Amino acid sequence: MRHSEVAPGDSVHPGDPVVVDRYTTGARINHWITAASLVLLALSGLALFHPSLFFLSGLFGGGSTTRMIHPWIGVILFFSFLGLFLRFWKLNLWERTDNVWMGRLRDVLTAHDENLPEVGKYNAGQKMVFWSMSLLILVLITSGIVIWDQYFSEYFSIEQKRIAVLIHAITAIVAICVWIVHVYAAIWVRGTISAMTRGRVTGGWAWRHHRRWLKELVTGRP
Amino acid sequence: MFPPIPNPTTQATPAKFGEADLIRRSASNITPAAKRQTEVAKLIDVSKCIGCKACQVACLEWNDLREEVGVNVGLYENPHDLTPNTWTLMRYTEYENPESGNLEWLIRKDGCMHCADPGCLKACPAPGAIVQYSNGIVDFVKANCIGCGYCVKGCPFNIPRISKVDHKAYKCTLCSDRVAVGQGPACQKACPTQAIVFGTKDEMKKWADKRIADLKSRGFKNAGLYDPPGVSGTHVMYVLQHADKPQIYAGLANNPTISPIVELWKGLTKYAGLTAIGAFAAFGLLHHIVSGPNRVSDEDEKNAKRLAQGRS
Repeated sequence: MRHSEVAPGDSVHPGDPVVVDRYTTGARINHWITAASLVLLALSGLALFHPSLFFLSGLFGGGSTTRMIHPWIGVILFFSFLGLFLRFWKLNLWERTDNVWMGRLRDVLTAHDENLPEVGKYNAGQKMVFWSMSLLILVLITSGIVIWDQYFSEYFSIEQKRIAVLIHAITAIVAICVWIVHVYAAIWVRGTISAMTRGRVTGGWAWRHHRRWLKELVTGRP
Repeated sequence: MFPPIPNPTTQATPAKFGEADLIRRSASNITPAAKRQTEVAKLIDVSKCIGCKACQVACLEWNDLREEVGVNVGLYENPHDLTPNTWTLMRYTEYENPESGNLEWLIRKDGCMHCADPGCLKACPAPGAIVQYSNGIVDFVKANCIGCGYCVKGCPFNIPRISKVDHKAYKCTLCSDRVAVGQGPACQKACPTQAIVFGTKDEMKKWADKRIADLKSRGFKNAGLYDPPGVSGTHVMYVLQHADKPQIYAGLANNPTISPIVELWKGLTKYAGLTAIGAFAAFGLLHHIVSGPNRVSDEDEKNAKRLAQGRS
């Protein structure tokens, strides 16, 4: 028997159009705290990463406050993302059909959704974003603590800090790229953003992009 | 004896170098000063040092610094390490010379080396927080420092220290304020044995040659000058009795260079990183222009409606 693709709070409301509840209020608040922290971290981090972007430190009240505040936002991000992880990990487990989906990336990008396998709550691309962000954030918080001199300078050697700062920079770049994919996908696939703002999507959206999820919501059977 | 630098006049003297003489400025693109000043250098002759710490005291006094009263753990170093207030520190090593069987007391005055290729400046993300003058002095500009500690990672000599009080980086300035009015550094002025001398880099190298010749005549066949090429030379140099083994002088780096990790971080990563971010954003933009939005069709809505009604 197949496992369920439905998360607590997901439900379908017949009507014209059909409305589908996709994210609970808690999940949405959790998501937007994470989103805000990630954007602030990217801005403050980039300010310290490249001299041509140092002006971004002005958004945080100058270089010193940027240096001071960036790690604390990182702590918020870590715990906030941990919340998302605990909410979403189960339905992001990799399945065999995800390989098929990934193999037809050309159809994905050309919007030939009819050639793709029926998708549950998350498609393979969303799962990749989820797992890569989980891993990247874990690496970022770990390397970040090693270079958080204000509180942890005594605990690590200079050589360890050099390695950590390099890993932190590279990981952050990758995370920003993953974030771009995430945001772009949400913009490109119209009708997606309401899932995270109002918590709802239309039935047509669910039919087109997450048919297996919609079918289970309607029939009650995985 | 090296001719001492005469005492200053009591008249106000204009500074001999300043903003116009910068050759490098952290996190900034500047045109290096076209007119180069004569490079200066401090020469520390370890063989002449008696370990009196007058230099340390002079440094505290001139720079108006106070060190906390510490704890005696049975070592001569006082304090135990460089700190945000101790910009120079005498480090003592008891060395048993395997050739002569003599016990040698090697006393090295540690502090910023004022590298010609400064790792601290290369690592610094704050515009103008670290500057290098054409006379070779590498100076921290407190007003621009953000206290991130990147200079600590960039330095091949483990010199900068971040204050826990004001979260700024501190190190020896080579008494840039004194040098600017024709004086030598405070430590040099205080040294009773001329173990520290100050002048142009050429003068110092010539003086070092004399000292090395003298040491060699007294049996120190490996005596030599420490002016490490890995950082393109330094503006604080040592005369060492055993220049073939710098590490015996309380861990002086044998061949200091800016760490390759720091070079990678501040080199390739910096450019490749921004390029990658730009490429991802550009791909998104192009994709959207070329293929347009992925819209839900009326057909999709009808199908969903049919499915949902099938239930009721």
